[in-house]
Amino acid sequence: MSTEYKTVFASIDDYRKGGVQCLNEDPKRYAFSNLYEVAATNAPYDRIVVAKNLDYTIESVRAEGGSDWYVCAHDEFVVAMDYDVEVHYLKLEDESVIDDDKDGAFKLPTNTSGQEMGRIFLKRGHMALLPEKNAYRFHANRPSTLMIQSILGEESIEKWADICLK
Amino acid sequence: MTSVIKATVDNSVSGYQTFTVGTFSFNRDEYFAYINCPNGEYVMSIDDFLRALMRDVAWGFFYGTVAFDDVFGTINHYGNVDMYMGAQHQDWIVSERAYTENFKSDVLMGVFKSILSDWVNEGFDPFAAPQETGLAWGRKNGNEDALIDRQREVAKRMVGMPGDAPLRSDENGYSVNRAFADVDQEQPIIEAMPGFEGELSAFNFFGYLSRSDVTWNPSVVSVVRQSLFCPTTEEYILPIDHGNDRCEWFLQMSDEIIWDIKDKESHPIATVTMRAGDVSAMPGDIRHQGQSPKRSMLLVWENGSPEILEMIRNGTVPMVPVEF
Ligand SMILES: [Fe+2]
Repeated sequence: MSTEYKTVFASIDDYRKGGVQCLNEDPKRYAFSNLYEVAATNAPYDRIVVAKNLDYTIESVRAEGGSDWYVCAHDEFVVAMDYDVEVHYLKLEDESVIDDDKDGAFKLPTNTSGQEMGRIFLKRGHMALLPEKNAYRFHANRPSTLMIQSILGEESIEKWADICLK
Repeated sequence: MTSVIKATVDNSVSGYQTFTVGTFSFNRDEYFAYINCPNGEYVMSIDDFLRALMRDVAWGFFYGTVAFDDVFGTINHYGNVDMYMGAQHQDWIVSERAYTENFKSDVLMGVFKSILSDWVNEGFDPFAAPQETGLAWGRKNGNEDALIDRQREVAKRMVGMPGDAPLRSDENGYSVNRAFADVDQEQPIIEAMPGFEGELSAFNFFGYLSRSDVTWNPSVVSVVRQSLFCPTTEEYILPIDHGNDRCEWFLQMSDEIIWDIKDKESHPIATVTMRAGDVSAMPGDIRHQGQSPKRSMLLVWENGSPEILEMIRNGTVPMVPVEF
């Protein structure tokens, strides 16, 4: 009989944060936060930067209800971290709104027009490509956590002192 | 400095070869690796030595310092590499025993690969968790060249996309690991409108990780320019103590890892305990070594930008990613 293991995942409503035990060190240097806690304590679709390396970011997002349309000049990737989230894709009619030199995602007006490309249904642990220059929006029936791999842009929110251990 | 005393090693009994590079030499017997340099001899348990050597080889000397332990290791200068004994240990430095020698990367890599080929016995996989492989001990008995030559998967855009690194499946030899038998294997549902079938892509990232056959060996799953998602599955102890030369980030996807943090003279300075969802930076001026009680999923996030090399050379690379 083989050993049985239980894999421990967490969610926006059930997470157990670890921490930093210091001897001769400043815990702030570890910028320690938790994706689920950040999603649980921020407004829907605020893109909170939880990790940053030069201009590259990883953002934690609370998905809840429908989001605005976003577009980005470069690829991004999203991972559903707990509950079901839909991603809807749109081929823009007018790509001139995208500035190739601008990093990060930005919001499009609600009446943005284009051709529906389809949908992806994400469950916990599923990753989707948010392909460059195509608009996307999210929909979640209940508060859920998204992790986005991107680059610092106008929608990225940095609030390190609020999210990190001190 | 006092004299250097060398242990007695008899290759005619053990069947192993001696390897030399520069003024360093390496010997093994049934239980130990013996490392010699002009300032001294250092002895490591052979299983620890081979697991660390495997990572140093697989990662091409990696970023910054690959410390096999507090005494012996390599420091990557990208094209050339330092091999040291005691240079990151305060007592070795103070007693003037610390020794460092620089090598062209391909020269040292060639020797390291030859050591692995000769010293790894049949049945011992240095990439595997200790419960999932045989033992390193004993006299020379075959090899595991097929295992030690395996390449990590590196996506150009995202794994699973046409022409990119393939998904892992039973069919291509990646079965679900025993410790992740409860991880859902369903793939995301993609509903593409006619004409857009090739443009929407997604895959089960946690399912992909549950099928990793190695421990402490990141592969690349998604790429935004030089931003690399390098997830890996971890079990038992990271076989090296990593001293990066830039910041890196960890995002714990499942279970728990306890990171031992030391400064670059091997003094312990902190313990970072990470659970599912936790995010933590590893500063560029420390060493970190993880311990994972159960096989866990860790997302290592690296910045591979060439501009960082320039910043390392001129000393402007930040040691912490953010200040607040
Ligand atoms: Fe590291």
